[in-house]
Amino acid sequence: MTRPNAIEVESVSKRYLLGEERGGVRDLRDAFSSSLLRLRSGWSPRDEIWSLRDVSFTVAEGEALGVIGRNGAGKSTLLKILTRITEPTSGVSRTRGRVGSLLEVGTGFHPELTGRENIHLNGAILGMPRRSIEGRLDEIVEFSGVERFLDTPVKRYSSGMYLRLAFAVAAHLDADVLLVDEVLAVGDAEFQRRCLGRMADVEREGRTVVFVSHNLDSIVRLCPRSIWLDQGEIVAHGPSAEIVDRYLTAGLQRTDRRVFDPVPGAPLELRSVSAHGPDGASTSVLRRDKPFTVDVGIEVTHVVPSCNVVVSIQTRRGVQVLQEALSDQTDVDIDRPGLHELTVTIPPVLAPGEYIVGIWIGTDYDDVVWIEDALALHLEGDTGGRPDRVIQLGADWRSSFSARGDHDRELGRG
Amino acid sequence: MIEDERWVENRATNGRRGIDVGELRRYRELIWYLAQRDLKVRYKQALLGGVWAVAQPLAGAAIFTVVFSRLANVSSGSTPYLLFAFAGFALWTYFTTAVNQARSSLISNASLITKVYFPRLVAPLASVLPGLVDLGVALGVLAALSAALGSTPGAAIVLAPVALVFTMLAALGAGTLLAALTVRYRDLQQVFTVVLQLWLFASPVAYPSALVEGSWRWIYRINPLAGTLDVWRWSLLDAPRPGPETLVSALTSLLLLAVGLAVFQRNERRFADMI
Repeated sequence: MTRPNAIEVESVSKRYLLGEERGGVRDLRDAFSSSLLRLRSGWSPRDEIWSLRDVSFTVAEGEALGVIGRNGAGKSTLLKILTRITEPTSGVSRTRGRVGSLLEVGTGFHPELTGRENIHLNGAILGMPRRSIEGRLDEIVEFSGVERFLDTPVKRYSSGMYLRLAFAVAAHLDADVLLVDEVLAVGDAEFQRRCLGRMADVEREGRTVVFVSHNLDSIVRLCPRSIWLDQGEIVAHGPSAEIVDRYLTAGLQRTDRRVFDPVPGAPLELRSVSAHGPDGASTSVLRRDKPFTVDVGIEVTHVVPSCNVVVSIQTRRGVQVLQEALSDQTDVDIDRPGLHELTVTIPPVLAPGEYIVGIWIGTDYDDVVWIEDALALHLEGDTGGRPDRVIQLGADWRSSFSARGDHDRELGRG
Repeated sequence: MIEDERWVENRATNGRRGIDVGELRRYRELIWYLAQRDLKVRYKQALLGGVWAVAQPLAGAAIFTVVFSRLANVSSGSTPYLLFAFAGFALWTYFTTAVNQARSSLISNASLITKVYFPRLVAPLASVLPGLVDLGVALGVLAALSAALGSTPGAAIVLAPVALVFTMLAALGAGTLLAALTVRYRDLQQVFTVVLQLWLFASPVAYPSALVEGSWRWIYRINPLAGTLDVWRWSLLDAPRPGPETLVSALTSLLLLAVGLAVFQRNERRFADMI
C-alpha cells in the first residue's frame, strides 16, 4: 500500500544575495551611497549564493527521511523552507498537517518565563489549542524530568535541563510533520539515547520526520531513506545505509600522505600527515593485524604554550574510535620552534574497513588546526565473519575445566 | 493519520501576499501568549511594576501643567488643566509604547522569527496589547483625580473605546511600517526618536486642538492622533464636542494602518533572511 505524501518539494531553489543575508541590515547612509553607486555604474555587483538548486523529493506520511551533507550544503535552508520560515526563490514546497520543528535547542523559549509557560508558548507557536497542550503536559514533564522546576524561570535551568525540556516539548507536541536539525549533537550519551528512542516512537506513531544530522549512525538507524545534499543539489537519494556509504567514500580517495602548504602568519602549522606500515613505507592500505604508525609533521614558528596534538580515527560513519593525545605522553612536546616530527603507533585493534584519520592541534581554549579528514585508510584482514564491529581485540580467553564427577565431589556431594 | 488534509504551500511570492485572516485566527493564542509574555517579563523585572504605568503620564502632565498652564497660560477650557494633560498623556504614552514595541517586535523576537514559522504579523499585533494594561491603570488614576477635582464624564463616555480603537489602529499602522523598515535600516530607530518628539508637539496633548483655527483645523487633523485625542477627552472629561474635521483623523488612522500593513506584508517573507 502506498501512503499519501506528507511533504512534497518541487524544484525548489533558494538564492541569497550576499548583500542581503548580513548586509540586509544596513543603515540609511549605506542605502543612499549604494543607490548613488548604482546610479553611476548602472548596477552594483552583488554576489549571490544558491543555497538550494532545483531540489525535488517527496516524503510519504509516516516516513522518516534523513538529510545528510557537509556544512553549507543547504540542509538548514531546506528545513527553513519546509517550515516556511523563509520562502524559496523558485519552486514550491508543500506540507500537510501541523509542522513542528526543532531547528535549534530552546527555539521559542523565553528565559524569563517558567518551564510551564514556555511549554504553552511553544504549543501556541505550533498553533495548538490550549486544551491539547494541557493534555500533553504530563508526558512532557515526565520525559524532561524537570517536574520540580516547572514553575521556575528557565533561565535558572542548567543547560542539561533546558535541553531536555526543549526536546521534550518539540517531540511531544502534536506535530504531524517533525523537522529536526542536529539537536542530538548536544547533551550527554544517556540523553541522546532517550532522544533517539523518542524519535523512533514518533516514527511509530505514524508521524512524518525529516532528520538532519551529522550523526550518520543515527540517520541509518532512524531513517529508512535519505537524501544527500551537496552545494544545494541532491547528489543521491535512496536507502540510508547506501547513501551514507556513498557520502562517506565520495571524494575520499585513500590517501597515505598529505602535505600542507605553509600558512603565512600562523604560529604553527601542520606540514604533513602520513600513515606507515610495519616496514616503514607510507601506504593507505594496511594490515589490520599489525600495528601501524601515523606521522605528523608540525612546523612551529612561535611557540604556543601547552599546545596539544590529537590524532583521531573515525569510521566512515563518523564514529570516533580513537583519539590519541600528545598530552597523554609526558615526555613529548612541541614547545620549541622548528619542525617536529611526531609518530604515534596504533596497535592492531581496529577491525578491517575504511577509516579516516583526523588531526587536531590546539590548546584548552583554541583550535589552531583541525583537519577532520587528513587521511583515509583501509585496513585489510579477516573480519572473522563479524563485519559489524569496529574494534577487533582478540581478547584473551581462559578456561579451567573439571569433569562433572570431579565437580560434584568438590562440592562434597560424593 | 493527519487530520487536517489541507496542503500548506511555500512558494515565491515576491512580496505579493495578502493577509490570511483565517491563519491569524488560528494563531490568536500565540498573539495572546506573546502579549502575556512581554507583560510578565516587564513586570517581573521591574520593581515598581504598575507604578511606572502612572508615573510617566503623571510626570508629563505635571511638567506640562507648570510650563503650559502656569507659564504660557494655555487654557484647557472648563476642564482642569491637570486632568486635561493627564488624560492626553495617558493615551499618548500608550500610543508611543505601542508603536515602539511594534517597531522592535521583529528584532526582539528574532530568535523566533529565524527558527519557527508563524504569521509575522503576530509579533506587532501582540506588541500593541501590553500597553493597554498600563493605560488601564492610568485610567483608574484619572477616575480618582476626576472625582477629586469634581469632574464627571458625560454621555460621550461610550465613545472612549472608539477613540482607543483608532489609537490602536494608528499605532499598529505606524508600528508595522516601522518594523518592516527597521529590519532593513537599523538606524531608523534614531530618526524615529526625533520624529516622536516632534509628533508629541504636533498633537493636542499639552494644548487643546482649539488653538488651531480656520482652514488649518482640517490640515492639522491629518495627524491621526489630533482627532482621536479630542474624542478621547470629550468622552472622558466632558470636554467640548469635536467638530466634523475629526473625520480627517479617522481617515488618516485607517490610511496609516493600510500603508503599514501593506509594507509589512510586502516584506514579510524576507524578514527571516534579513534579521
